Amino acid sequence: MNHTVYIAVMAGVTYLIRAVPFGFFRKKIRSRFLRSFLYYIPYAVLSAMTIPAIFYSTGSVLTALAGTAAALCLAFFGLPLIAVALAASLAAYLTGLLL
Amino acid sequence: MTDTQPHFFRRGLLHGLPIGLGYLSVSFGFGIMAVRVGMSVFEATLISLLNLTSAGQAAGVNVIAAGGTLAEMALVQLTVNIRYALMALSLSQKCSPRFRLPQRLLGAHGITDEIFGVCAAQEGALEPPYLFGMTLISMTGWVLGTFLGAFAGSLLPASVTAALGILLYGMFLAIIVPPARKDRAILCTVLAAAALSVLCRYLLPALSEGFAVILCAVTAAAAAALLFPRPEEDAAEKGGRP
Repeated sequence: MNHTVYIAVMAGVTYLIRAVPFGFFRKKIRSRFLRSFLYYIPYAVLSAMTIPAIFYSTGSVLTALAGTAAALCLAFFGLPLIAVALAASLAAYLTGLLL
Repeated sequence: MTDTQPHFFRRGLLHGLPIGLGYLSVSFGFGIMAVRVGMSVFEATLISLLNLTSAGQAAGVNVIAAGGTLAEMALVQLTVNIRYALMALSLSQKCSPRFRLPQRLLGAHGITDEIFGVCAAQEGALEPPYLFGMTLISMTGWVLGTFLGAFAGSLLPASVTAALGILLYGMFLAIIVPPARKDRAILCTVLAAAALSVLCRYLLPALSEGFAVILCAVTAAAAAALLFPRPEEDAAEKGGRP
């Protein structure tokens, strides 16, 4: 299928998710379950997207493991996003040189 | 427009500068990844311009690469990006009266974890030019980084682009680990989602990656919402990190 159609659907859905509540809703969500669900969903999504895909992200499980370990360590100490991301890449790169 | 409005725009630009710089380097990784799975430089850049979201875009190009259906694409975007609806809802309560419908429809595009976090943390009402300034500088970084990654990715040695493939995932870990460390319920959610995702990958390899993410995330988040319902306050305050 044409990539353009995918991109249009992707952009349309993403925009509506933001624009409909921002443009038209003025009330708060009352359901405690729904509020809790919406609170947890970003963490669940990011986790499911990352594990196990991260292990295959560099083309070598060993370098990916090194990158993951570096990212986990720095993230544990709350370093900025960009520092954690770059450290993961650097660790993967350096491990690749050793192999 | 009053004379205070340009001041808000400048302030938005200034507060958005670190976001833009951060986006620049992370979207570089997205550009590389998108080209790797078969998107053109133009398509990768267009996706960043129109979506302005890391996880949604990564999931989206995976759906395209796998030749998934359009329904799958829509459902994947809905699941991955649904948090923006809550942020939009929360931010809409903070809008100054200058936010009429056109300003809201335009400003909505800029609601990302980072921009929401900074806007929500500001004192007082949110002014349209502030959000526009912050969105403009952030988008510039995001789109430019994607273009450079997609364009220059092929010029870099393979060892470098391979290592940059982990960049986005590193950022995802940086987002989930600190709150998981502080909040047991988030930790359980994250671990459950990861465990389900591993199970899907190896036991149900026929399941597409997009649907697997939806299934795992919705199951883990729904279980967490049942087991650890949030107190009244913080579910609304949720806005990612500051």
